[in-house]
Amino acid sequence: MSTPTVLDDLNSAPVAASQPMGRFLLDSLRKNGILLAFVLVVIVFAILQPALLSPSNLTNLVLQYAYVLILALGMLMVIVLAQIDLSVGSVVALTGAVAALVCVRGGMPWWLGVLAALAVGILCGVWQGFWVAFVGIPGFIVSLGGMLIFRGLAQLLLNYQSLSPFGGTYYDISNGFLNGLFGGNGYDVFTLVIFAIAVVGFAVAAWRSRAAKLRYQQKVSPLPVFIVQIVVVAAIAMAYAWQISHNRGLPVILIILAVFIMIYGVVMGRTGFGRHIYAIGGNLMAAQLSGVKVKKVTFLAFVNMGFLAAVAGVVYSARMNAAQPAAGNSFELDAIAACFIGGASTTGGIGRIGGAVIGGLIMAVISNGMQLMGVSQGIQPVVKGLILTLAVAFDLWNRRRSAVAA
Amino acid sequence: MAKPLVTMTGINKHFPGVLALDGVDFQLVAGEIHALMGENGAGKSTLVKVLTGAEAFESGQIKLDGFDAPIINHSPQEAQERGLATVYQEVNLAPNLSVAENLFVARQPRRLGLVNWRAIHRRAEAILAGIGLDIDVDKPLESYPIAVQQMVAIGRAIDVSAKVLILDEPTSSLNDQEVANLFALMRRLRDQGLGIIFISHFLEQVYEVCDRITVLRNGRLVGQYDVAHLARRELVSAMLGRSFDDLAALSRSDQDQSNDTTPVVRARGLAVRGGVKPFDLDIMPGEVVGLAGLLGSGRTQVARVIFAADPADQGTRLINNRQLPDRPLDSVRAGLAFCPESRKDEGVIGELSVRENIVVAQQSKLGAFHLMSHAEQVELAQHYIDLLQIKCASMETPIKQLSGGNQQKVILARWLATHPELLILDEPTRGIDIGTKAEIQRLCLELADQGMAVLFISSEIDEMLRTCSRIGVMRDLEKVGELTGDQLNSSAIMAAIAGGEADD
Repeated sequence: MSTPTVLDDLNSAPVAASQPMGRFLLDSLRKNGILLAFVLVVIVFAILQPALLSPSNLTNLVLQYAYVLILALGMLMVIVLAQIDLSVGSVVALTGAVAALVCVRGGMPWWLGVLAALAVGILCGVWQGFWVAFVGIPGFIVSLGGMLIFRGLAQLLLNYQSLSPFGGTYYDISNGFLNGLFGGNGYDVFTLVIFAIAVVGFAVAAWRSRAAKLRYQQKVSPLPVFIVQIVVVAAIAMAYAWQISHNRGLPVILIILAVFIMIYGVVMGRTGFGRHIYAIGGNLMAAQLSGVKVKKVTFLAFVNMGFLAAVAGVVYSARMNAAQPAAGNSFELDAIAACFIGGASTTGGIGRIGGAVIGGLIMAVISNGMQLMGVSQGIQPVVKGLILTLAVAFDLWNRRRSAVAA
Repeated sequence: MAKPLVTMTGINKHFPGVLALDGVDFQLVAGEIHALMGENGAGKSTLVKVLTGAEAFESGQIKLDGFDAPIINHSPQEAQERGLATVYQEVNLAPNLSVAENLFVARQPRRLGLVNWRAIHRRAEAILAGIGLDIDVDKPLESYPIAVQQMVAIGRAIDVSAKVLILDEPTSSLNDQEVANLFALMRRLRDQGLGIIFISHFLEQVYEVCDRITVLRNGRLVGQYDVAHLARRELVSAMLGRSFDDLAALSRSDQDQSNDTTPVVRARGLAVRGGVKPFDLDIMPGEVVGLAGLLGSGRTQVARVIFAADPADQGTRLINNRQLPDRPLDSVRAGLAFCPESRKDEGVIGELSVRENIVVAQQSKLGAFHLMSHAEQVELAQHYIDLLQIKCASMETPIKQLSGGNQQKVILARWLATHPELLILDEPTRGIDIGTKAEIQRLCLELADQGMAVLFISSEIDEMLRTCSRIGVMRDLEKVGELTGDQLNSSAIMAAIAGGEADD
């Protein structure tokens, strides 16, 4: 029996490198689309308002919008599960309020406030994860309820007033800088060194992954293209470092952000938990049949979202140096938009940490740029809402097209 | 005799009001491909669900090779752990993940607690090489055709544990070449000692690849046969529950009908890619035309293509000599009406009243700008409740409270209210009591007398013989002939359905 030869025609069935150059350009455009969009957004706003790229604004950008990126990490996991969490803005307010009660009113040390906030955030996640995972209520409804519940609790805890100031170490979480370690003449050498290490690390990692792909005879971008990619990313990073080193140096929050992004990158890419999130989002029935503990994974994703919302709550209240009953209003929109702009799919299963981070940066630059330009308060949410809708429309269009192609 | 892998004895299973499995025995041995056959409601999918733990059973015994005591699976996952893997028609893998990752979901090799992608890649290639598939395992599963995805699913099932592979209608969306590839793989696995249960409606395929056949009918075991010693006509009569009294030969009906009237429907070479093969069909006013064939033979699809519920990929469709756009609404406006097979999914709107269910088609035919008044609706509904003797407390009763037969009559009323020139009835009498069946059959004849054309689809040959003046026969998605006049007897029809070597 000639079994292997009968199967031969199947082996060439997938879309192979039939039209190499055009196909390659289209593919890389789709893969790097968000990165290009980000560069485009930056260029447009930099032309409209050159102050966007000033050292002080580039520093402020990180201090001001760190919360979006932190929330986007957790939101991505929830969205890949084909769920949604609308309550994160309210959890930001509630956890900020708890931290303020502990530190400001209670006079306790800063780290107790942080721990209390994180504990409350995890509890919020446990509450919502329970209803979604074990009772089976859609995350949309549960978190809509949570949005009201946690907002109300925040207002009650704060007695409808803002509570301030934190000051001290707590304040420095979002406003502190690491600098001057290596001196420098009008610029901070330490910042440049840290960035240089990060860039080298990135280049080495990219090289190793390319080498691994080559070993499996997979398609990779040609060497010149690869080098250009690395150089462009490195140049952007070092230009950024150069600018902020002329301001106040390396923000503490940037280091915290980098650590979180790396951890969650590994969680989603290389842990059973992360991969099972993708499996559930791709085909719930299949995941269940394969032995994935769907309820446990769903529950943990919501608990994790609560935890990250609490981190964002701490970061935001530290930045404001106050806990406010209205803090975190519409933060869920920023985080959800970051994920969808970053290529996550509304039907679940698709979305990457890197994409969500760039999506968050796009949202940050757009908000910041509009503020610098003095765009009126009413226009800003209109623009953000339009961008969210268009990003999802693009995703649908893209998928329909690839479905037709297949 | 090879060693038995699965032995089921005396399996009983009730669904509300129905005995789904009535003391069924089934045995699968190592190294065989075993077809499970039967018409709708025969119990074959229930039997498989009982075996794989998707449904519970009430009494009986399942023995599995390697287990001393009888076993009961409580979930498909538990069955999988015991070596029973099922590959469904819709592939049960995650389309967004790579082929390699799909093979290792929930059992990823780890290194230092982290997923070891290198090992996944290497072992995935080995698994697929083992089933003769050489593809790029790092591409997303969805970038491959269904046929390849199915093989990946089989690859996973075998690698996880399987000694028994259950293939539930795996070929229904594959083309001929892909089917041949799948069969090659099935034979290869059989030769390695696996037991394969193959569920299919396609007689040709069963004869091509299977070693033995178990036939079920109405929840009962009809018999277990060696394929080599079972004539097709015997298989068909086992499935349909009749024996051949005579072996009347089938002759295709001559197509030259007297062209004094225009046919309501004239189909020429209509076909759906991957579906029903090109067929011709004329239906004259005042004629009841039947479509016979086994489940999955394409008889419903013929009806759907004529109604334009499924767009045809080739051929022409003339309604009263006019070419229409392939849209159901245009068919309705041109005088076609379609009572679908699954009245729960496609017909009955459970929460709405009998009246609303009756008027809905007529209303949509009129369009949103010609709303029927309440009085008109009541008059229309009452007319058909009387005509069809629909038994309901009042016309405002929600339709879901009616019996199956009366629900069917309401759906019939809905379409009669549009005064169709052609009424398509797909299994109009399934699951309803004998009395109502007879009424519906009588109604068909009356409507035809009044000049309406009727296309009647049924699994019950007796019913077709009573109502139809001409019967088209479907086999394996192909219209294989038409019977009229004195050819209309059950043995001729069954011979036509069975096809193949009609004289062995």
